[in-house]
Amino acid sequence: MPLKRQLVQAGRHAAIILLGLAMLYPVLWLILSSFKPNQLIFTDSSLIPTAFTLDHYVNGWKGLQGISFGRFFSNSLLISALSVIGNVISCSLAAYAFSRLKFKFKSLWFSIMLVTIMLPYHVTLVPQYILYNELQWINTYFPLILPKWLAQDSFFILLMVQFIRGIPRELDESATIDGCGQPQIFFRIVVPLLVPALITTAIFTFIWSWDDFFSQMIYLSKIDLFTVQLGIRSLFDPSGQSDWGALLAMSTLSLLPVTIIFLVFQRYFLEGIATTGLK
Amino acid sequence: MRKLSKPLYGQQNKTAYLFLLPWLIGFFCLTLGPMIASLYLSMTKFNLLSSPTWTGLSNYVQIFTEDDTFLRSLWLTFYYVFLSVPLRLAFALLVAMALNKGIRGLGIYRTVYYIPSLLGGSVAIAIVWRQIFDGSGLVNQFLSWFGITGPSWIAHPDYVVYTIITLSVWQFGSAMVIFLAGLKQIPADLYEASGVDGAGKLRQFFGITLPMLSPVIFFNLIMSMINSFQAFTPAYVIGDGRGGPLDATMFYTLYLYLKGFSFFDMGYASALAWIMLVIIGVFTAIVFLTSKFWVFYGDNQEGR
Repeated sequence: MPLKRQLVQAGRHAAIILLGLAMLYPVLWLILSSFKPNQLIFTDSSLIPTAFTLDHYVNGWKGLQGISFGRFFSNSLLISALSVIGNVISCSLAAYAFSRLKFKFKSLWFSIMLVTIMLPYHVTLVPQYILYNELQWINTYFPLILPKWLAQDSFFILLMVQFIRGIPRELDESATIDGCGQPQIFFRIVVPLLVPALITTAIFTFIWSWDDFFSQMIYLSKIDLFTVQLGIRSLFDPSGQSDWGALLAMSTLSLLPVTIIFLVFQRYFLEGIATTGLK
Repeated sequence: MRKLSKPLYGQQNKTAYLFLLPWLIGFFCLTLGPMIASLYLSMTKFNLLSSPTWTGLSNYVQIFTEDDTFLRSLWLTFYYVFLSVPLRLAFALLVAMALNKGIRGLGIYRTVYYIPSLLGGSVAIAIVWRQIFDGSGLVNQFLSWFGITGPSWIAHPDYVVYTIITLSVWQFGSAMVIFLAGLKQIPADLYEASGVDGAGKLRQFFGITLPMLSPVIFFNLIMSMINSFQAFTPAYVIGDGRGGPLDATMFYTLYLYLKGFSFFDMGYASALAWIMLVIIGVFTAIVFLTSKFWVFYGDNQEGR
């Protein structure tokens, strides 16, 4: 019996590992192929490169029309960082009001907020574009960042509301007795305890704005403003004339920031998803 | 009591609206205002250069009576949503159940399975996908071991949608993590008790696991459905960015994008957006309304 159990266990592990490898194969292929010389990328089907080169990274980094990928990376980082700060601040403010304060029409606003979570982006797309066009904000980063500073990713408000509801109210009450006003309760008591939810918000905002190809494509057409996603899309020519080595090398690099953040903050990540059902 | 609480309440009112101010400005200027504007624009002809001219319902009439591409893109998007969402959720549940057996190294497996969800939304992975499913790509190399000569999946109008569906199913990790958390909430004594009563594995799955997980499934279903309706990047990158080959990657959002931002027919694009909103609304409502019959909120389980 124990032997049979062990066999079953081993079989289960084997199946899970095999499936895991199959799942990771595309990513591994991307990374390893980016080190293969051009003529081997599509002919050499083995994962491990038989010849090794860094040329693609050097060539790819040169970028497009004299603008290097370094520029695209710093552009993407700037957008993502400003989005993260905006979301963390504006969503936590709104979440505090919804979870702790009494005010008129609270339940109405709260249900409106819930509905906006499900609203497709495209319904507001055209008028928003017209608005930003009127403001002469096309080919600036404002259209990508402003919504975050105005708490338009309502999902994170909900995440934080749920989190704040779990913070004992006695803490607020004793602070009130000590003479703290609402802003002080927010900054001194709620924010420090809210940190895990803020980190979850920060990492998801970072990843989503890093990958937000659609808005970047609509609002940015000047090459010196390009993001990593736009840079890669421009290296890639669907009709088949792409420099595949450079493309794969830059693609590999583009996945790096997101992967690093994931590995560092794994705990917040997986807990965040599990408790709120993100993405 | 009333006298005392009223000024307090009024005080909090002001503070609360200050806290809410960014969200409120955003809601009026970036959500509600644009929604009303887009409803208005959907009844005009507008190309961004000259001012909109009122045309009444003619955009809608044209969409529903003359526009074959609309019908095809709608059908394609439905096909994609109704194939990829159930497949992805089924896969996620299956793997979550396999992992939920007190297996060693759960943390590592969970991480590995999550990585596709993490990276899948990027342009880079969409390009890799294109390469893998190309005529001489990895999939066909694999098939050739069995003597099968596969077509170029991405160039063939009948098959390219399956390439995009695989990309979506591949990202089952995030749903899996949610299911894993849900499975952990199910009390073990339920299984023990039913085991004593002689219930088999299959019976336990349908009698305990599925009902106990139904709130989580419900949530996953809604979110995946709404997200899938809006899929854009995979269709744009795996196809040629113009819906080809033969409109086989003309997803609804891509069509909307091309109408609005390639042909600058912004009134038409707004009409398409409102139709999309209504469709998503109807499907969400259906799931919500039927949830009474299949979502089970147990006593010790907080529903979402």
